[in-house]
Amino acid sequence: MRGLIFDIKRFAIHDGPGIRTTIFMKGCPLRCIWCHNPEGISPKPQVMYFEYKCIHCYTCVNVCPQKAVYFDEGGMQRIKRDLCTVEQGCRICGDMCPTTATKIVGRYITVEELMQEVMKDANLYDDSGGGVTFSGGEPLFQPQFLMEALKSLRRRYIHVALDTSGYSPTEVLKAVEPLVNLFLYDLKLFDEEEHKKYTGVGNKVIKKNLKFLVERGRAKDIYLRFPVIPGITDTSSNVEGWAKFLQGIGKFERIHLLPFHDVSEKYRRLGMDYLMPAREAPSEEKMKRIAERFEEIGLEVVRGG
Amino acid sequence: MAQSERVMNIQEEIARRSEVIRPINDRIARLREESVNFEVRISVERSKLITEFYKSGMAKGKSVPVQRALAFKYLMEYVSLPVEEGQLIVGIRGTGVKEVPTYPEITVHSLEDLEILDTRENMPYRVDDETRRIYEEEIIPFWKGRSMRDIIFENLPQEWKDAYEAGVWTEFMEQRSPGHTAGGDRIFKMGLLDIKREIKRKMQEIEPWDPEYYEKIEELKGMDIVADALMIYARRYAEKLEKMAKEEKDERRKKELARMAEICRWVPAHAPRTFWESLQHYWFIHVGVTYETNPWDSFNPGRIDQHLYPFYRKDLKEGRLTREKAKELLQAFWLKFNNQPAVPKVGVTAEESFTYNDFSKLNVGGLKVDGSDGVNELSYLILEVLDEMRTLQPNTAVLISDKNPDDFLIQALKVVAPGFGEPPFFNFDRVVLRMLRQGKSLEDARTSGVSGCVETGAFGKESYILTGYFNLPKILEITLNNGYDPRTGKKVGIETGDPKNFKSFEELWSAFVAQVKYFMDIKMQGNDMIEALYAKHLPVPFLSLWIEDCVENAKDCNAGGTRYNTQYIQVVGLGTLADSLAALKYHVFDRKKVSMEEFLDALKNNFEGKYEILRQILINRTPKFGNDDDYVDDISKRIVDTMVEIIEGYPPSPVRRASKRAYFLPTTVHVYFGKVTGATPDGRKAAVPVSEGVSPVQGMDRKGIAAVFRSVAKCDWDKTGGALLNQKLTPDLLSNEENLKKLAHLIRGFFRAGGHHVQFNVVSRELLEEAQQKPKEFEDLMVRVAGYSDYFVNLPKGLQDEIIERTEQKEV
Repeated sequence: MRGLIFDIKRFAIHDGPGIRTTIFMKGCPLRCIWCHNPEGISPKPQVMYFEYKCIHCYTCVNVCPQKAVYFDEGGMQRIKRDLCTVEQGCRICGDMCPTTATKIVGRYITVEELMQEVMKDANLYDDSGGGVTFSGGEPLFQPQFLMEALKSLRRRYIHVALDTSGYSPTEVLKAVEPLVNLFLYDLKLFDEEEHKKYTGVGNKVIKKNLKFLVERGRAKDIYLRFPVIPGITDTSSNVEGWAKFLQGIGKFERIHLLPFHDVSEKYRRLGMDYLMPAREAPSEEKMKRIAERFEEIGLEVVRGG
Repeated sequence: MAQSERVMNIQEEIARRSEVIRPINDRIARLREESVNFEVRISVERSKLITEFYKSGMAKGKSVPVQRALAFKYLMEYVSLPVEEGQLIVGIRGTGVKEVPTYPEITVHSLEDLEILDTRENMPYRVDDETRRIYEEEIIPFWKGRSMRDIIFENLPQEWKDAYEAGVWTEFMEQRSPGHTAGGDRIFKMGLLDIKREIKRKMQEIEPWDPEYYEKIEELKGMDIVADALMIYARRYAEKLEKMAKEEKDERRKKELARMAEICRWVPAHAPRTFWESLQHYWFIHVGVTYETNPWDSFNPGRIDQHLYPFYRKDLKEGRLTREKAKELLQAFWLKFNNQPAVPKVGVTAEESFTYNDFSKLNVGGLKVDGSDGVNELSYLILEVLDEMRTLQPNTAVLISDKNPDDFLIQALKVVAPGFGEPPFFNFDRVVLRMLRQGKSLEDARTSGVSGCVETGAFGKESYILTGYFNLPKILEITLNNGYDPRTGKKVGIETGDPKNFKSFEELWSAFVAQVKYFMDIKMQGNDMIEALYAKHLPVPFLSLWIEDCVENAKDCNAGGTRYNTQYIQVVGLGTLADSLAALKYHVFDRKKVSMEEFLDALKNNFEGKYEILRQILINRTPKFGNDDDYVDDISKRIVDTMVEIIEGYPPSPVRRASKRAYFLPTTVHVYFGKVTGATPDGRKAAVPVSEGVSPVQGMDRKGIAAVFRSVAKCDWDKTGGALLNQKLTPDLLSNEENLKKLAHLIRGFFRAGGHHVQFNVVSRELLEEAQQKPKEFEDLMVRVAGYSDYFVNLPKGLQDEIIERTEQKEV
């Protein structure tokens, strides 16, 4: 059983309590237009190009068996994505690039490999009350791998946090729930249509799954996460909608406000279009107003991760 | 990053850094201002006096220790007695604030040296015309050929000089005398009259048929004279202060001066009774030690929170002192260190330790002698003083044991946060383990500490002498050139075979080890010879009063009188060497993608032209130390094990019976060693600094700080005397309490895994680049260099660049 990940970060200090190792899983059913980790969206490996590292040696052009790589007039690497076979497992341009300007994001690892990496910092988790966080992408999008990994981690008594959009069949959540210590649960758009518009999917199941966790008595084990996206999630009606909804269903303890920042560079490197209209981070005033509203319903509000 | 954002970030960072310099009162603020802003000058007085003494005939017919003692006495009788206005503690080595004496009996500066010192762009020592004249007419003619430096170079063999000139090592003892020692509790428990009684008793005990009767008696005579000498110095100060008190108009200061005079009438003749007395007592001794010679790392009160605590408690209880007054005294004490810059160094010695910092290191925390938690109120108070003073000197060390509370570690991290590099953190439980491994008693191990940069020693009981830096990457270069130094074309090593014929990595490794052994033999022989020369020509009876058991053994500190004697080699370039060997193993022997021939040609051509692609592969696609990758970490571990085995394999030195041990630290020598070393197989270009301490090669640790800690902790540092690790953190990583706690846990984890030391620069690349562009605006920007902090704009360009290139560990 192998899972597709795009990064492992050690000494992660913003993905739950204590010192953590965060596993970034690749593949997500949502298409949030502001997505801060676009390399986590596609469930297949991708070619990423870091212009500032490139020395224009054209190794990538020369080694590509599909002749899919070329450089445009501005000296930027381009990839004919229709010819490129990275999704079928070809990694040659990334493997051969002398500077790592061309990099394949996404690698398959086994649970054993994952455990090996995670156990390196086990002594740090114990001391600090930390552990492992699964993020992404959407970790619930690779349920079998996730289940196996969670079981292995439980056997080693390692605290696990799951950073999720909540968009998954409730059956999957039901299965993983007992093996997760903490949920980092995203709330985006309250209105179903708006949610579809900006994330590509509806939010019924997300709300349902949140209620499910509350019913299981896990409200205290949830850090809600609210991305503050200018002109999209930060409207008063959206905040109001969520505030009322949350008040209605349970005793949540805290919510993190995650301010938007411009990641257009990442999209360029992946050859993806960045559709976010705004580029500025939310104003302090706005952040404050949202924080106050959530405080009114008894939540502790934390800025950032 | 957008330009506007960059400017904003820099401004924010500057604001944060300058937030809290808040000395408690006007007095300290004024003294600090003076201390920080004074120019460093050469003071000719000491050289003039010592030359006068030897010319006068007073030394005639006397034994060397007695001669040296009488010379010291002559100094104590005649040196000027400056008093900084408003200071609470008196005594300065030199004629005033930052007026630095010279030591012609150890190294006699030529007129050209003085010219260089006066005019060099970084770290100048101003020299006035009168000084030049006296040097030309009196000092140079008398000392030329007689100084320790001249004697040492006269005696060293040619192969030693060849390797030295090639940059294989440096020599610590060529311009400064053995030092690196720190005071123990003896200092705070004994007055000079007590010691004179010890000396008297010892003189009576020595049997006339003792084969060393004459040497011992002469040494004791010398000790007795220097004890008198410092009492004379203190008495002269008492008289001066009494006179000043009489003339003083301000009633408060008048009383203060009278009180200071009383203190000088009591210490150092008697053991101190109060907090204030203990500070003045130590300071007199510090001045004595640093007037007697110019020892490396000056001198050091050691575990200061332990030593001062009984006085502090007693004074508080008896109403003699308040916490605020204690703090003011400590701050006044602090500035005394800052007023004494390091002695002027020239040539290679200046390159290896290019700083005004004289490495007096005040230790706090750790364990008490009974093994219990040593953190007390003074430990915290001293952290506060450090945070408020932010001066170049003194240095500090925070000793962290498992038994110390987390709170202490977090408070110390709060001092680190504004970003001037202090304090560094040491794993005290492993310091104790090291000391035990070296055969010290448990009590002596628990009262040990860290001096200089990261050097462990049994404080007050050990003479642990650093002898020189040892350039591992250079030796690899010589190995790859079959014994030749490609920079000069000279044969400096031995022929270990043409690397093109090496069939395996093991053959390369054996060749390298053979070269190391060849050079180490020469260095060790040189060390033992230099040690003998110092024992013979430059005893230090004054220092010997304070380091146990010199009086008891009637033997000088420089001749093996101390309880423990050690000689250290400081190994440099671990990261560069590990990465270089890993690169050769990986590409030439394992993957066989690059031939040795091609590799050597690339090195010869400094990776120019077609070899740039290879260089990129070496930098980006080759295992690198510091990323928790066993492929290369196994090599670094092997290097450490092998170096320790080679160094410890030598028999004790003939004179001091000093065991031979290894440190891993660089001060500033990694820049000099880089300059003399050609391109290395890790992709480093010629003349670029090699890696510093045990830190990964600059910019090559890409997996974050947890991976760095794991890589470093894999090496067996318990077998060494200390290993220096630098980490650069972006300011946001220490921006809130939550993050500080996590960082504290990370340090605990590192120490549990076996790390010895870590220190932090909390400064962004942007700010450093800005400072490099506009030095005038950043004169007070202090950064961590090696085992010390320094003003960034005072550093030579190469060192500035090296610090900028270090990896920034960010929040993830």
